[in-house]
Amino acid sequence: MDAASIHSRLREKFGDKILSAEASVKDPFLVVDAAAIRDICAYLRDAEGLQFDVLTNQSGVDYREQGYIEVVYHLYSYAHRHYAVLKARVPRDAPVLPSVVTVWKAANWLEREIYDLLGVDFTGHPDLRRLLMPEDWVGYPLRKDFVEPEEYHGISTSRESLLR
Amino acid sequence: MALVNSFSQGVITTTADQFLNWTRKSSVWWMLFGLACCAIELMQTQGPRADVDRFGAAPRASPRQSDLMVVAGTLTLKMALRTKVLYDQMPEPRYVISMGACASCGGLFQLAYSVCDGVDKVIPVDVYVPGCPPRPEALTEGILKLQEKMMTETWLVRRSAAAAV
Repeated sequence: MDAASIHSRLREKFGDKILSAEASVKDPFLVVDAAAIRDICAYLRDAEGLQFDVLTNQSGVDYREQGYIEVVYHLYSYAHRHYAVLKARVPRDAPVLPSVVTVWKAANWLEREIYDLLGVDFTGHPDLRRLLMPEDWVGYPLRKDFVEPEEYHGISTSRESLLR
Repeated sequence: MALVNSFSQGVITTTADQFLNWTRKSSVWWMLFGLACCAIELMQTQGPRADVDRFGAAPRASPRQSDLMVVAGTLTLKMALRTKVLYDQMPEPRYVISMGACASCGGLFQLAYSVCDGVDKVIPVDVYVPGCPPRPEALTEGILKLQEKMMTETWLVRRSAAAAV
């Protein structure tokens, strides 16, 4: 199924929950309502003719000027060999989004990583802990306004360069 | 080993320091501990081609039985605290080789938010081996340099003053 027909099927089913769709670009995507992301994902996985059985990647982008964080879902169907990209936007000051771990188990660590680096709170996640950074780390390093702390447990985080 | 004297009956004389240092440098047991791609070269150094076993260096699976820690790879801040714990578990006399650019100064990842730029911020380092990653020959040279250092130890004087961070 090509991108345009996937998009039109989703529009039929979810109506105004689909905020915008771009089918003509190289990597077609849909911008969807953040609150409905789990329902949309469950539908995409189970619906006849769609069957997106794989979450190949889930990532986050911080758009500081626009004031939102965008979580991007890359889906693939082994049965039909088609792709889909979903984007959900949450405000930077209150980034809360339903977890899709119940839909695809692969989302578990991906969502932990997004939580770790961007601070998105995934509601319904079974084990939302930091993944890469230390457990007691303060701040979210991939946010554009992140300022690196001077030290961590007495270890200074800067080193004088010999090249300067 | 510089033997002081030798007799025809096969008796040799030496100093206590010389003898102890010689025994210790001939069994540098390093801890099985690798952090990143340098650990691959570390394994090669142990393998049949470079074979540091001929200098008495062999891997041990526990810090409690190790004389040497080879910090092989990028040290993250998360790992830095654990590396300190491992170092504290090693019995004295203990030595540290900082292998490669990352362990020595953070290397390529120096500016990253998650990287501890240099293991010498956490534990004292005896020998720095440059390279990215250093070849097995370079690490072998590092171990030989460490053996030279071990031969200069004086065991009636505790080393801990020098080892203190």
